[in-house]
Amino acid sequence: MFESLTDRLQATFKTLTRRGKLSEADVDNALREVRLALLEADVNYRVVKAFTVRVKERAVGSEVMTSLTPGQQVVKIVHEELIKTLGEPGRLELGNQSPAVIMLVGLQGSGKTSTAAKLALRLSKEGKRPLLVAADTYRPAAVDQLVTLANQLNLPVFQEGTKTSPPAICVHSIQEAKRSGRTLVILDTAGRLHIDERMMDELKSIKKQTNPVEVLLVADAMTGQDAVRVATDFHQHVGLTGLILTKVDGDARGGASISMREVTGVPIKFLAVGEKTDQLEPFFPDRLASRILGMGDMLSLIEKAEQTLDQEKALSLGKKLAKGQFTLEDFLAQLQEVKKMGPIGQLLDMIPGLSKLTADTAPGVTESEMRRIEAIIYSMTPEERGDPKVINASRKRRIARGSGTTVQDINALLRQFQEMQRMMKQLTSGRGRGGLFSLLGRL
Amino acid sequence: MFGKLFDSLARTRSSVFGQITNLLGAGEVDDSTFDGLEALLIQADVGVSTTAIITDRLRHQVTRNGITRASHFREALRSELRSLLPDPPPLKIDEPRLLTLVLIVGANGSGKTTTIGKLAYRYRTRGRKVLLAAGDTFRAAAIEQLQIWGERAGVPVIAGQPGGDPGAVVYDSIRAARARGYDLVIADTAGRLHTKYNLMKELAKVQGVAAKNVHGAPHETLLVLDAPTGQNALAQARHFQATAQATGVVLTKLDGTAKGGMVFAINQALGLPVRFVGTGERIEDLAEFDADQFLNGLFGTSNHDRS
Repeated sequence: MFESLTDRLQATFKTLTRRGKLSEADVDNALREVRLALLEADVNYRVVKAFTVRVKERAVGSEVMTSLTPGQQVVKIVHEELIKTLGEPGRLELGNQSPAVIMLVGLQGSGKTSTAAKLALRLSKEGKRPLLVAADTYRPAAVDQLVTLANQLNLPVFQEGTKTSPPAICVHSIQEAKRSGRTLVILDTAGRLHIDERMMDELKSIKKQTNPVEVLLVADAMTGQDAVRVATDFHQHVGLTGLILTKVDGDARGGASISMREVTGVPIKFLAVGEKTDQLEPFFPDRLASRILGMGDMLSLIEKAEQTLDQEKALSLGKKLAKGQFTLEDFLAQLQEVKKMGPIGQLLDMIPGLSKLTADTAPGVTESEMRRIEAIIYSMTPEERGDPKVINASRKRRIARGSGTTVQDINALLRQFQEMQRMMKQLTSGRGRGGLFSLLGRL
Repeated sequence: MFGKLFDSLARTRSSVFGQITNLLGAGEVDDSTFDGLEALLIQADVGVSTTAIITDRLRHQVTRNGITRASHFREALRSELRSLLPDPPPLKIDEPRLLTLVLIVGANGSGKTTTIGKLAYRYRTRGRKVLLAAGDTFRAAAIEQLQIWGERAGVPVIAGQPGGDPGAVVYDSIRAARARGYDLVIADTAGRLHTKYNLMKELAKVQGVAAKNVHGAPHETLLVLDAPTGQNALAQARHFQATAQATGVVLTKLDGTAKGGMVFAINQALGLPVRFVGTGERIEDLAEFDADQFLNGLFGTSNHDRS
């Protein structure tokens, strides 16, 4: 199986060594692969058709840059065109009316209630004073869910149980916001089918009576071909101003985002990337484009590493590596740095090629395994950490007892560490090419 | 009984598979027929590779059997699709047993809790003594949500504390069921994405608790998938099968316009049969999956059983 579109196109172009302009036949060949890749990523069939026509227009006759293979050239054009289609990252346009009203709409189970809480947290950090409104009176315990989330975040929530009609609740909530000096109202409406006329009328009525500045469609990143229908219908009924894509922390490629963006023309404003309430991120078209093409999300990883890793520590580690003085102590420090960056599975998903690995096989190092490694190293003396060669059988038994593991676990860790030391040497001496990747693969 | 399934599929029929009829309405079977068919299957979320398998087999049939007439082509397509949905063995829920345990798993927002409410109602009205286990201790108000469904279905719910151990809730439910003479425990679990390694491990643990305390349990582990899900459904099914030994699929939200075409791939690649379909928000909106009925609905044939 090919891992990414780049690999695929490379294979397609393997026989093609000549440089110069891309011919129509070359491009047609390549576009077949592009088309399949996009369809597998859940981009809508019709949207793919229109998209490949645009790519073809640009690609035929374009000069292949000397630094690129024809395959890379096509990927570059596809990538650029995807970014263009995904559009500029949208910002919330809250205007100057107070309270500003944000209305969240979507299908059942798309993640509106969680997103409402995440959005409220994010905006309160930006100095807004949000009021969450429980306007889903249909789903059992939906009101309780929003109230629980609001309480966890220490944010105010407005609810009138399930007996009042949702439009009335929304109107009352705005009065409450004015009374209590809230600057922002976030309406959590019930999930509904886009073909349910009665429920869509209810949304229209809420919109008419609350005059929201933002109407955001909350949509699941895993959505398939039907995304086009859903987005079109919601847009026709209530006039969307933006999209929020949820469950982006899974391994769905998220092609639905392109489809929805293309048919509605409204910008994507946020991505929800985890179950924690702070896991709502701004949207970057280049990253999402890479993901849709199965190219990983290297940029996000690098940024995350930059945010969390201690630059100075990294520098001194680099020096040690160069001298071959990497110790278990350093290994421990490094593990802790990695842990700061978040769940390891999420990190591996961002690395091109590795995303496939984590999807198909369980990652070798899990949170619990990392904890075990920590326990083992903590049970060693400073001498042992500096020079693992001194660890004999009796020391191993002691370490095993101290860390609640077995001698086999200690042996496994020491072997792994030795291997790592060996590879690091190779890496820093510049011999093992692609060493970093095999290293990451082993982690 | 299949009326509801048919009604919900009627929407599907009118939007995509119904177009097969239009596609074939005019004249001979040729290349454009296959192009059109491919477009329709992909738009029904059948997926690129399964679509290729179906069209290849059909092409083969067309040349071998010299199919030129639209009605013959339709029958050939029908039999190909039907062969991708082989009849599964009977549900283990229906076997006579002192205590049967069913585990419900799936991604966030797929409709697990609602499905449990519907299943509880279905089996209670068929004379079973049903008990629900509120194993989603993670999501805010998930326990309350299941309790409301329990009330609606007229069955008791065993719940622990929010944030508690789902394994413990399942254990308590098994003990309660034995003590009070219930014969069917349906356990809810928190929604999880299959990429979350630790959460998938937790599911394996819950399963272990069930296996240890009831012989042969969980007797069924049903993966709840919603029809709007695209190609990721296959990855989900693969992981839930590998980690939680999922034995079947409940396809929810089939009352929308999504086609649920990925069930072909899931059946074909993993041998996971669809067991139930969710066709609406009411407690009785759950039907046993019937492949012929499913295809009848997709094809829009009128000789379906509406009793």
